[in-house]
Amino acid sequence: MTTISNETTVTDDTGNVEAHPTPELPATLTVSKPRAKKSNLGRWLPPLLVFLVIVGVWYLISLFVLDPHLRFLLPLPQDIIIKGFIDPLSFNALIVALYQTVIVSMLGLAIAIVLGVVWAIAMSQAKWIERSLFPYAVILQCIPILALVPLIGFWFGYEFQSRVLVCVMIALFPMVNNTLFGLQSVDKGHKELFALQGASRSTTLLKLSLPAALPAIFAGMRISAGLAVVGAIVGDQFFRRGTPGLGILISNYSSRLQGEQLFATIITAALFGVVVFWLFGLLGRRAVGKWYDFT
Amino acid sequence: MTVTAPAPSATQAPANEVLLDFSNVEMTFPDGTIALQGVDLVVKRGEFVTVVGPSGCGKSTLLRIASGLETASQGSAELGTDRIGYVFQDATLLPWRNVTANVELLAELHGESKKDRSVKAKEAIDLVGLNGFEKHLPKALSGGMKMRASLARSLTLDPELFLFDEPFGALDEITRERLNDELIKLFNAKNFAGLFITHSVSEAVYMSTKVVVMSGRPGKIVETFDVPFAQPRDPDIRFTPEYAALVGEVSHALRKGHGHS
Repeated sequence: MTTISNETTVTDDTGNVEAHPTPELPATLTVSKPRAKKSNLGRWLPPLLVFLVIVGVWYLISLFVLDPHLRFLLPLPQDIIIKGFIDPLSFNALIVALYQTVIVSMLGLAIAIVLGVVWAIAMSQAKWIERSLFPYAVILQCIPILALVPLIGFWFGYEFQSRVLVCVMIALFPMVNNTLFGLQSVDKGHKELFALQGASRSTTLLKLSLPAALPAIFAGMRISAGLAVVGAIVGDQFFRRGTPGLGILISNYSSRLQGEQLFATIITAALFGVVVFWLFGLLGRRAVGKWYDFT
Repeated sequence: MTVTAPAPSATQAPANEVLLDFSNVEMTFPDGTIALQGVDLVVKRGEFVTVVGPSGCGKSTLLRIASGLETASQGSAELGTDRIGYVFQDATLLPWRNVTANVELLAELHGESKKDRSVKAKEAIDLVGLNGFEKHLPKALSGGMKMRASLARSLTLDPELFLFDEPFGALDEITRERLNDELIKLFNAKNFAGLFITHSVSEAVYMSTKVVVMSGRPGKIVETFDVPFAQPRDPDIRFTPEYAALVGEVSHALRKGHGHS
């Protein structure tokens, strides 16, 4: 670059219309703060009210509709808390099963993320690769997992790895699909900018396509994370050998008509799903929220 | 606001050196549309050539051929340098990179060291008057500031031939005039050759040393005007009768080329 050491500074006294956007920034912030407080209440109150209504109806059914000997169909909420969560025996079983489900689902998710991103990157490199591989992603998505259970059992046994495999199969498609969509949605101008500099394929992928695809990848991760939890519970019910996960616990409790423990386990599984969904949303916002409106 | 006028380039290259030479360039798209026909155009060092023409007349295609993004169907398009700057219609900043990181991008793609590109980016940011906004993400910038960042990014390559594809088309009038002035300052300081595409006849006459008028599709050059005003341009020439007369002549040629009489 040419030397600019003898710079002269000229003060331009014409209108500063575009040169100083900073005053706009604090203005936006001060407006948004009180709005955020209001919307917080508005956000939490309606679902809270619905929750109270549900609990009310629950009590009504449990106390007045069900015969006491049929109460295991819908136990009283406090019984679920006492017998399902606080009781040491139930609590221990729940924690062990939750741990197992967390391991299975997160391992399955991790494999699905890596596999999905690699698969999508491969497809984004050439149309013929996409044409060759995409149908199999769709087929994978369309096969009922139940139909493959015997085969998976034959090949991989009825324990841990088969459960992980079910998770991977359920969680893979959103990763492949979203990543591919993200990679293919890169702005044409940005691609030309890189092409003009003679950037290599790998440089373009690392410095342009992958960062540009991150919002789509994180959106896919959030969907896949939820599905991986479903996969772990479903996998448990098919492949019951080894340390029990939440799925095995659910079927055990249901066969023993232990309503309180059954409900506690279902609630735990649901909460785990919600936490995972929320966590990956948070991760997405952390990763790309600064420059992308990740909702 | 503070605008920094750079000192003239220390290494003055020979004037009249041909940096872009289009000879009988023709562009026919696969669907049979003829975008350009028989275009002869020479841009020399020290020249700022502006191309005006109606929408869809192939102005941008001309620039894309010059940059190598497209190849002419016929004729020859030769470049006298490989140091080419290209400023797009949109700022094309990467939204996840802050101003400094965006400005450093091209040097980074050319494999320059972190230290070198940091020095270049700082210089370029100074030149376009974006000091204080180095850490801002593009979404926090106004349209004009994004364009400044985009300009700074190209400046890091120290281009000898600068191609501009309607860079200020989306900006408001005041911002546009301000950036016109700053671009002229850069042109005079850096001694590059410019090929500038625009819709605006007044912008064309104000900035350039030569205005090329193109006809509607297929795009042909219908008339070329030498702009006699001295460089660096005095912003007040906009209010002189000579300027108004030349703007009138160019507009007239444009209307004629577009099928109006």
